This record gives sequence, C-alpha cells and structure tokens, in this order.
Amino acid sequence: MLANQNGLLLRISQEDNVYVLLRPLTEGSRLQVGEQTVVCKTSLELGHKIAARDIASGEKIIKYGAPIGSATRDIRAGEHVHLHNIKSDYIPTYILNSETD
Amino acid sequence: MSAKTDFPGFLRQDGRKGIRNTILVVYLVECAHHVAREIVYPYRKQGVHLIGFSGCYPNRYAFDMMARLCTHPNTGAVLLVSLGCESFDRRGLTQRVKESGRPVETLVIQERGGTLTTVDQGQAWLEKTLTELEETTTRVTMTVDELVVGAICGGSDATSGITANPAIGRCFDLLVENNASAIFEEGGELIGCEQIMADRAVTPALGEEILSTMEKTARYYTSMGHGSFAVGNADGGLTTVEEKSMGAYAKSGSSPIRGLIKPGDVPPAGGLYLLDIVPDGGARFGFPNINDTAEIAELIACGAHLTLFSTGRGSVVGSAISPVVKVCANPETYRRMDGDMDVDAGRILEGRATLDEVGREIFSQVLAVAAGASTKSESLGHQEFVLTYKTFEPIGPACLPV
Repeated sequence: MLANQNGLLLRISQEDNVYVLLRPLTEGSRLQVGEQTVVCKTSLELGHKIAARDIASGEKIIKYGAPIGSATRDIRAGEHVHLHNIKSDYIPTYILNSETD
Repeated sequence: MSAKTDFPGFLRQDGRKGIRNTILVVYLVECAHHVAREIVYPYRKQGVHLIGFSGCYPNRYAFDMMARLCTHPNTGAVLLVSLGCESFDRRGLTQRVKESGRPVETLVIQERGGTLTTVDQGQAWLEKTLTELEETTTRVTMTVDELVVGAICGGSDATSGITANPAIGRCFDLLVENNASAIFEEGGELIGCEQIMADRAVTPALGEEILSTMEKTARYYTSMGHGSFAVGNADGGLTTVEEKSMGAYAKSGSSPIRGLIKPGDVPPAGGLYLLDIVPDGGARFGFPNINDTAEIAELIACGAHLTLFSTGRGSVVGSAISPVVKVCANPETYRRMDGDMDVDAGRILEGRATLDEVGREIFSQVLAVAAGASTKSESLGHQEFVLTYKTFEPIGPACLPV
C-alpha cells in the first residue's frame, strides 16, 4: 500500500486509478494530485475515493487492482469518485432519495 | 507463534469439543417466544441463551439448522418450548438432542397449563440443569487445530476492506497454518470475486463449483432487484457491490480454498472453507439472509466456535451460542464506540500498527476467547439470533475434495 501527502491519500494497488482518503477532508481544502492542485468542492469522509488521474466516461474504475465499476461521465483527476459518476457492472446500487452525493 | 495454543474445552459425545457450555432455550414458533424469553430472563447472564424459529410452516433447512445448533459443541443442554400446534418437528429435534447425549426437555405450553406454569417449570428445569452441567460435563484440553472460526463483515464502510478485513485475513492464515478450520461466507458480498476465488481452489473441479455458486448468487440477487449493499455502505464511501466485495474478500486471507460448504456442513479437517449462504432453486422465501445475525447463525451451524466480525460503521451485535469478536475497521468509529469493539484495526490507517500486527492480535484474541475470556458483546449480554426460511440442495462431491 502506498500512502502519500502525509498519509492523506492511499493507493491500495499499483494499477488503481483512484485513491482512498485516510482522513476526512473539509470543503475548500487543497490537495495535490499528480501535477495538479485540486480544491475540494464538498467535505468528504474518510474512506471516500478521489480520482488519481483523468478518467473517461465508460472507463473501468480500478481499486484493489480490480475493476469496481465504470465511469458514467468524464472524471477529472482529484474529483470525488462515488455514486454520481460511477456505476456497478453487476447490480445497481440502491440509494435513498437525494443521497446521490 | 509463541502464544499458548491449548486451552480448556468441554468434551461432547461425538468427540467434538466446545469452548462454552451454554444451555439453549428454544422456541419453536413465534407464539412460544414470550414464554421462552421469560424462562431465560433471570438466567441470561448465567450462560442460558434464547434462540428460536418464528414460522409456523415446516422447513427442512430450519429443522437441520436447529438440530446443528442444539448439538453444537458449545451447547451443553437444550430446553424446547413449543406452543403445541405449530408444524415444527419437536419430537424429531428432541430425539436428535437426546442421541447427542445432552440433557433435553420439551415443554408444550398447551399441555402445561399456559404461560405461568410453563415459565415455572422451565425455570425449575434450568435450575436443575445448571447444577447438573457444572457437575457432569467432561473438561478436556483443547488445541487450536480443533477450533472452527467464522468470519463475517457487517456495517461495512470503505475502511473495512483496507484494515479489518485484511487483518482478519492474516489471522485466518495463522489459523490455517495451525490446522484450524476457517470459514468465510459467500453471499452477495463476493459478487465480482468469482474468478480470483476459483483460482484459489485446491482442485479445478472445486473451482468450477465456486464459479457456478457465484452465478447462482448473481442471479438470485438480480431477481431480488437488490445487491447486498445498504445505504450506510455508500455513506461510508463504498460505491458499488463489487467494490464492497473486494474489501469483504480480503477476510479470506491467502490460503488455498479447501472446500465449499452450505449451512450446517461441518468442515471435515483444518483449512479454509467458503460457506455458500444463497438458497438453491431460485428466490422463494426472500433475501438470502435478512441481516448479519442470520449469517452468523449459519457459520455457527457449521461448527464455528467463535466468529470474527469486521465493522466500519459500527455494528454492536453479538450472538447466541458462539462468541463474536468485533474487529473495528474505522479509527473514528472505534473512538466513538470502543465499549463495543474488541480490536482497533483502524490503527493501521493512522500508521499506529501494521496489518501483520493486528492480524496477530486477532489471533491472540481468538485463543483468549477460546480459553474463556468474554468478548465485549458477550459481556454486554448480546445474544442476537435469527433463523428464517430457506431451501438448500446437498453439496456435490467436488465441493469437499480430500
């Protein structure tokens, strides 16, 4: 497991295109993803995913070195990766109304 | 391992050994639940546990589960509480318990004069049996290779698959090295992991069985219109069922998969086993397991002496019959709920421990609990139990290669 930025972002497997947050992030915090500095648009809880690079719509999301779903729209490096921009390749995820992000 | 790997156990007639000497009070239909609970209540901290089956219709699976639980190595004696008109085969169950050499009594509420007299008679039987068990149960030394340990995750979040589950996987590797039996369960939580699991099977034929079981699972959950994924999973950062699966899969560790079993099948020897919890023959009775507790009961029916339970969001459940060791994945949850948690695996996220260290800690906890130490949920009196309707076909010969 490779952590960077003082243990804030974790890339579980070398091939992953997402990082896992090891600490909560508050809205407006800046983080360095590759060459870019990204400003966090919402506050995020620990455990949530951040794109490690630009991901095109339809591309597989890789975590643990394995596909965990597909992008439903283009995702920029540093963006929050969750229900609003990826979907399961097996069974759709059930969510309560108005909890898409 | 330098840890002491033998501990006291209770010898049963079939040669198996238990780490607890529990008396079960079993209601055989919901209509007998209250009476059974009243019987247990004053004795609930003296090793008397309440379990039961609510349905009035007969079900082969429910009968077999009950028979396994009532003759589980941790079970010392059994009191059956029947209303009298339900379809559960109480005589058949009484017979099975009797044949196992355990004290057993059946109280039929309709024949005993109703609630008050049945409660009195039940408690009188408990008084007598508590003393009898204390005096007559054979104490023996038990070794780690005689242990059966289950693993489950519940209330998962994105930390579960990074800390608690892989740490449980390390503990499973240690158990298998010591020739104990380790069981991880397969429900909808392993959808997406079918090929990597099949590749770990000890024979190609077992690999094929795993693949076809996983096809059944995907079909079943698709027909239910719902994956094994709760709203809290998404709040915790998990987005898809296959993402949750990859995290859950880490519980299995890295040993070869030695067999594929179904609820009630006891592992024939040490090693890693996959438990198939998804009913055969299509979706007849609803969701495979309505909650975590139903799954724990199935691990116990396979002989699990104790269950390792990984949680990120923070589950508080324990279980009747076999202790539950709670491994908390999320350091923030642990700080909020440490009174319910046995192991703080979230230390891994904060750089305060390594996976190997936490894996060894869980292994030591397994040995301590086997030796009689109470888990947090045991001390708090958690004795959850759920059993519902299901249908299973027996496993095929390829599922348990020698």
